[in-house]
Amino acid sequence: MNHLLSWIIWLPVIGMVVIALIPRDKTELIKQVAAAVSGIQLALALYLWRIFDAATGTFQFMERAEWIPSFNITYILGVDGLSLPMVILMALIGFLGVFVSWNINKAVKGYFSLFLLLNTGVMGVFLALDFFLFYIFWEVMLLPMYFLIGMWGGPQREYAAIKFFLYTLFGSVLILIAVLALYFTCGKTFDMLVLMETAPTALNGVLWWGMSAIKVIWVLLFIGFAIKVPVFPFHTWLPLAHVEAPTAISVILAGVLLKLGIYGILRINYTMLPDGVFWFAGALAVLGLINVIWGAMCALAQKDLKKLVAYSSVNHMGYALLGMAAVIAASEMNGDNLIGAQAGINGAVFQMFNHGTISAMLFILVGVIYDRAHHRDIEGFGGLASQMPIYTGFVAVAFFAGLGLPGFSGFVSEAMIFIGAFPVFKTIVIISTIGILLNAAYFLWAFQRIFFGPANEKYNDLPEINKRELFTLVPLAAITLILGVYPRPFLDMVSATLNVLIDQVVSLGGLASVM
Amino acid sequence: MITGNIITDFCLLILFLPLLAFAINIFFGKRLPRQGDWVSVGSVLITLILSLSLLMNMFMNWDANFSYEAQFSWIDLGAFKVELGFWVDNITIVMLAVVALISSMTHIFSLEYMKGDIRYSRYYAYLGLFTFSMNGIVLANNLVSLYIFWELVGVSSYLLIAHWFEKHSAADAGKKAFLTNRVGDIGFFIGIMLIFTAIGSFNFQDVFAGVSQGMISGTLLTLAGVGLFMGAVGKSSQFPLHIWLPDAMEGPTPVSALMHAATMVAAGVYLTVRLFPLFSPEALTIIAYVGGFTALFAATIAITQNDIKKVLAYSTVSQLGYMILAVGVGNYVAALFHLLTHAMFKACLFYGSGSVIHAMHHSLHELHDHDTDPQDMRNMGGFKTKMPITHWTMVISTLAISGVPLFSGFLSKDAILAGSLAFAQHHPQHFLLPVFGFGAAAITAFYMFRLIFMTFHGEPKLPKVFEGIHESPKVMTFPLMLLAGLSFFIFYTLPYFNPISDHGWFTELIKAGDSVAPGNPTAHEIYDGVHHAHYPAMALSLLVAGLGIGLSYLMYMKHKFSAENWARKMGFLYKLSLNKYFFDENYNRFLYQPLLKLSRAVAYLDWDLYDKYFINGFGRVTNLLSKITGRIDYDGLDQILVDGVGRSVRRLGKQLKQVQTGRLQNYMLFALVGLIIILVIQTI
Amino acid sequence: MDNLNSYLFVSAVLFSLGLFGVITRRNGVAVLMGVELILNAANVNFLAFARFGGMNMAGHVYALFVIVLAAAEAAVALAIIINIFNNFKTINVDDVSELRQ
Repeated sequence: MNHLLSWIIWLPVIGMVVIALIPRDKTELIKQVAAAVSGIQLALALYLWRIFDAATGTFQFMERAEWIPSFNITYILGVDGLSLPMVILMALIGFLGVFVSWNINKAVKGYFSLFLLLNTGVMGVFLALDFFLFYIFWEVMLLPMYFLIGMWGGPQREYAAIKFFLYTLFGSVLILIAVLALYFTCGKTFDMLVLMETAPTALNGVLWWGMSAIKVIWVLLFIGFAIKVPVFPFHTWLPLAHVEAPTAISVILAGVLLKLGIYGILRINYTMLPDGVFWFAGALAVLGLINVIWGAMCALAQKDLKKLVAYSSVNHMGYALLGMAAVIAASEMNGDNLIGAQAGINGAVFQMFNHGTISAMLFILVGVIYDRAHHRDIEGFGGLASQMPIYTGFVAVAFFAGLGLPGFSGFVSEAMIFIGAFPVFKTIVIISTIGILLNAAYFLWAFQRIFFGPANEKYNDLPEINKRELFTLVPLAAITLILGVYPRPFLDMVSATLNVLIDQVVSLGGLASVM
Repeated sequence: MITGNIITDFCLLILFLPLLAFAINIFFGKRLPRQGDWVSVGSVLITLILSLSLLMNMFMNWDANFSYEAQFSWIDLGAFKVELGFWVDNITIVMLAVVALISSMTHIFSLEYMKGDIRYSRYYAYLGLFTFSMNGIVLANNLVSLYIFWELVGVSSYLLIAHWFEKHSAADAGKKAFLTNRVGDIGFFIGIMLIFTAIGSFNFQDVFAGVSQGMISGTLLTLAGVGLFMGAVGKSSQFPLHIWLPDAMEGPTPVSALMHAATMVAAGVYLTVRLFPLFSPEALTIIAYVGGFTALFAATIAITQNDIKKVLAYSTVSQLGYMILAVGVGNYVAALFHLLTHAMFKACLFYGSGSVIHAMHHSLHELHDHDTDPQDMRNMGGFKTKMPITHWTMVISTLAISGVPLFSGFLSKDAILAGSLAFAQHHPQHFLLPVFGFGAAAITAFYMFRLIFMTFHGEPKLPKVFEGIHESPKVMTFPLMLLAGLSFFIFYTLPYFNPISDHGWFTELIKAGDSVAPGNPTAHEIYDGVHHAHYPAMALSLLVAGLGIGLSYLMYMKHKFSAENWARKMGFLYKLSLNKYFFDENYNRFLYQPLLKLSRAVAYLDWDLYDKYFINGFGRVTNLLSKITGRIDYDGLDQILVDGVGRSVRRLGKQLKQVQTGRLQNYMLFALVGLIIILVIQTI
Repeated sequence: MDNLNSYLFVSAVLFSLGLFGVITRRNGVAVLMGVELILNAANVNFLAFARFGGMNMAGHVYALFVIVLAAAEAAVALAIIINIFNNFKTINVDDVSELRQ
């Protein structure tokens, strides 16, 4: 397998072509093809993990091919410790997503074609090392999302889809501007590896309209990525899109797509604009804090279960932002606290992954109950625990994982983030620990209202969770539990790369040049 | 002789056997014979045997400085490393034995008490989870594992309190317990962060070494100490986070005995004992005041409660306050000692109350009476003859908790009171601490005997129910008898037989270490002070206990004073006490409701204002702009300019169309004419 | 008489007659005959230039080509006219216009 990464990216497109050749009424076959393709992709991703050398922090399995030489556009792929977990996560969620969507019965062919295209787009973003290629995949991913929400979504699907599309497109435009700005200022190349080396020095002292070029590009990129994360105040598309999207799409949206934002910031902002990191870290931490508290408060007030879970994503991504900001702890002026920087940034990446598995679980579970009761009103249930004990068990696992209970992976990442960010942002961290109380409050309160209390006669006949649904939930629950008990398999995979990243940021960045 | 790796193996087994039982019962419990209770009981009995053999080993070694550590790398990122592991010393061994013993008794007691429960296997599974987590706390050698298991006991407590979740009150109580504990845990976590940031390690020994080297000191150390203590405040239900424990009585009674009396709530005390060396003098003062105040405060609530379990719950809060007080005044060995003796007699009291409730429940069940509260002491009375074993074991435990000589509570309580007295002698400005202690002792003796008299003596209040009361079966009375037996002094003073001195294996094997925080007295100084205060404290404590018991006897046995009269005379105070000083109401009014209101306001702001008007505003503005540009574009540019061109072209075309006859011959004629014109022009 | 101008004169007369026929005649066959006249006017020119203008044999060859072309053209055109007659029952070229609105 010389072109392993290309295979991982383009396999879903092959599957899409195959599906296109299948007559539209053979829905079972279509689903099986989609499952098989995603399954092979997952196997490839796991194989990649096996042969990946975690001890080095550089890019591996690089692929490089001429594409549009006149503009220095090249087809470059590569994987490192930052993208590998995301690739595995996408492959896993993509595979499980097929089974989550098994009940789709409207335009099955179109659905699964778009589903696979989405998969390619996301994989491409994670693996592309050429800015132009990166941007193309970024857009490729948007389009299927629009149709998947707009055609297979809930009652307000069209509004949600257009809002999602326009909002994220707005972000993409800012990213495009920043990409072009980097292209023209740093030697007319889209090659990220080259840019990582040239950009930090090439932009030093460059002023545009009286502002430092670093700040301008940083802010453009940040807003573009922040919309995806979503960072307060760019977060309101998320609850709507989540609520209206079909279950599997919510799962992918929360499980993987939200990570693209943070991935982008770490991959691009951190490596190419290390000065900006120091300039912006404080704001990043504050935004993280706002995300944590604001998301939790909103979640506490929700009556729609899916919206509650959506706001919990806002809340959880806030922790990741806080952890990312901790990278500056390792700089000289913050006392060379490498421990804090490592804990924070590893925690942030771990949090991304954990939120991927936990929120995927939560959305699948919301889908399960919605399929049966046809509503998601928290107040409308009550006493389900005695009617659907297995389902209750899984919700309890997901909720407890979500509220950061030790033993589940969410705890490890949140603890690392707090510990890492504490030396630099004491007050912010102390305030944001209130978030873990609010987390517990909204999850437990929702749990009580749905499952506790006297059994509701209306739901006596609800069927218990079925085997297919269990099949989608068990791997996610197992991963959360295993990584919660022993996080080293994950952390060993990412730490070398992130140590290189910390080194890059700290050695090349400094506050002086952006002042 | 058990050494080295074998200790590790023992600890691993003690830790993970109950977890295994949990896993088996949660997945397969319902399908196993007897719903899998034997799995749990078996596993916990094995841990009991293992713990007791460790205890025996301790006796055989007789080494006060025994210490053993084992750990593995949990996280290693290069610079950031976390290692988890065990730290086994004599304190650990004693605690393991206590947890295993009470847990086994609870497992056995529940065989009968929970018989026929709808979620019987689930119940046993959760007990296993709890035992696992509690052992984890006891064995922890670092702050991270301590915190991990700390939260895990919280969740098992949540699950067990909400065991009968069909009742709203049980579900509420579970949630309240978890959330209140989380408030404390936040402080705990902040303390951990402060310490880690300064010292760079989570390991207890490293932390103590770091503190003694002055890597963290002054206000920061005090803050860290107070933060860590907040965890204990939450878990041990100290003021002002005491509100959850009485509500936790919604859980099954054996659970209350195990978790909410003997072990889990004592984890807070264990934490402060374990981390004692790093508390600064200021932090210790805060700890002492919190503990002392809680001891007295909870006791005053217990006086007026009528629910048998609520009385015991407040009594637990009060006794935990004692232990915290002991830690605060530096006499932490006494705290641990009281933890040990309290675990025995309080568990016994809870089992006793469980036995009474069980009997009441069955009697009421046979009368088809579902309205009478089986836990209300005003419905009891005279059970002495019907339930002799329950009665006598409870009396023994009550004597122990009241601090009567010959019983274990006397020794441990006396040590604590002596400690607080010695502390006040050294620091006269803290005279309130012994006042709290002795006041609480008097009140404890009073309300505990009130409980005994109201339940077992006097005339039966409901004769019909009384008829149906029977002594509980052997699986329930066996734990009662065992624990009542363990409430005698002899088990704690061996190999000596002096009933008024706590000198024995405990004080010899568990030696207080010196505090490493600057400004604290050494263990020797504390011990000297306590030693000197021993006799005055003993005399005083005997006096107050006697007073309390005597008053209770006169009031509830002899009816010399009417309790109702007193209640009426002190109406305001009585109401305060009966309503638990209105803490729940005030928390509800000033904390929960405003928080919920705030969250609704935030959600409204987020969704109905910000998103709807601001974000969608962009959409609307864009829409409006697009309409305007659309108008300009269509009506202006397109209709007038572009279409104007079109229209004029069309008009022209229409006219030119006339030329297009479609007749070939016409065209040729035109061509000819054209040719001629060209020729003519050329010739000119 | 034996000079270039007289041949060219005859050819011009023939061409004008042919053009006149093509432009004025309504009958398809008559138009065709006009075309034949024009072609033959060209033939006369070719031969005249071959004789007097130095085109030599090339003029003859072109003339032969034109004759063959004329025959082919007449065949095709007559076939079209027969078709037109079959469809429209007339060979009047004004009446068979389908292009006009």
